[in-house]
Amino acid sequence: MTVNLSSFIMPLAILLILLIVSAWLIWLERRLLALWQDRYGPNRVGPFGLAQVIADMIKMLTKEDWVPPFADRAVFVISPAITMVTILSAFAIVSFAPGISVASLNIDLLFFISMIALNAYSPVLAGWSSGNRYSLLGALRATAQMVSYEVFMGLSLMGVVALTGSFNILDIVEAQRPLWFCIPQFFGLVVFVIAGIALTHRIPFDLPEAENELVAGYHTEYSGLKFGMFFVGEYLNVILISSLITTFFFGGWLGPVLPPLAWFIIKTFVFICGFILLRASLPRPRYDRLMALGWKIMLPLAILNLVVTGSIILASGY
Amino acid sequence: MNTLFFIAGTMAAVSAGIAIFQRNAIHALLYLIVSFIGLGLVFFLLGAPFAAVLEVIIYAGAIMVLFVFVVMMLNVKGMWYEEKGIFRIGAFIGPALLALVLVIEVFYVLWSTPAGTYPLTMVGPKKVSISLFGPYALAVELASMALLAGLVGAYHLAHRIGSAAGKEEDGHE
Repeated sequence: MTVNLSSFIMPLAILLILLIVSAWLIWLERRLLALWQDRYGPNRVGPFGLAQVIADMIKMLTKEDWVPPFADRAVFVISPAITMVTILSAFAIVSFAPGISVASLNIDLLFFISMIALNAYSPVLAGWSSGNRYSLLGALRATAQMVSYEVFMGLSLMGVVALTGSFNILDIVEAQRPLWFCIPQFFGLVVFVIAGIALTHRIPFDLPEAENELVAGYHTEYSGLKFGMFFVGEYLNVILISSLITTFFFGGWLGPVLPPLAWFIIKTFVFICGFILLRASLPRPRYDRLMALGWKIMLPLAILNLVVTGSIILASGY
Repeated sequence: MNTLFFIAGTMAAVSAGIAIFQRNAIHALLYLIVSFIGLGLVFFLLGAPFAAVLEVIIYAGAIMVLFVFVVMMLNVKGMWYEEKGIFRIGAFIGPALLALVLVIEVFYVLWSTPAGTYPLTMVGPKKVSISLFGPYALAVELASMALLAGLVGAYHLAHRIGSAAGKEEDGHE
């Protein structure tokens, strides 16, 4: 195995940029929410309030990092790290532009699904180890929600795999040169987006941390940097899902005139703003309705999409 | 590659051992998850990336989540006191004899294969699928029927409780 310097610099640079971008997404989200709700948002610290994130970070780092005496200490400490590690590992397969990616495996897409599957442990263990009933309720909701929606997310992507004939991200993007998959795989896109929101547990589907019934759900007992890791992990998850919507359904870095990286960033940015707009506009459904939606609508839709895609591929004979 | 293989294999074996002797149910499950991930890495290094990822998605990611879920629901703190007797010497004889058969087989395979000729061919998703739906189609169908039976059973158990509650509600109205 030959290990050269650039193979270290690329992952490190991607990691740092992702962390910085996800921190500033907090500012972007607050400003955009304010814009849509007709108020100012954070605009005092630095130009346009950009330094608000730094102020928040200093506050978070200097707070007391408290572990409740009734918590299961070891599990309590590792669970925020699980979300960061799994989501950042999942970025290894994202190809930002030709040549700008950490790894290219022949099982890219499955690796992403496996990392998302492991991410479910973070809220589950956090809620259980907190030794708090509200946290436990949040953890139970998170388990059921994430395990169910993983299934639909995996199934919704199989149409893309069938059309490409490969699990590799580069092949998937190249296969979209004639036509982006958002048109032939429209129902796959719908299921993937909804499952993506459910897996990031953001506002329409944030039942594991529903603040008006469960205090803050699974991260009620967390403070300081550990809470910060959950918080930043959520934004990293949003970037991950947005960049994968771009990659799987909207042609990745493909596009005219502008350089590939610019196209990728523009498309991903649009979907991130979409996530924030959803948060600004949609109320939270009831928990049993969320599960019923999953198993009674999303699952049949994903399977039908797969069957129809498969038969069309068979009929056209390639 | 060999070093990575031995690290991953040792990690899987050690964490599986800790999982057995761990007294806290959730901690034991966490060690088991680590063991599954280690096993996944072993599969990957042996040239079976598809099996590796399935190991992580299905065993570590889905089945163990359900185990954790059940343990969380039951809240089995202090349960191990009643199960102390499980670690008697006598209880180990049966499993040890059965494991011995496997150990003998492993050594037989190691000795009968000349050194340095381990067949390391990549087995991708396509190869696995072709063999699953070709020569092994019958086994796949049988497994799917067993799963269907489980599904129907689970539905029946849950449904009876649900409809009974529904009838009660109707009675009140």
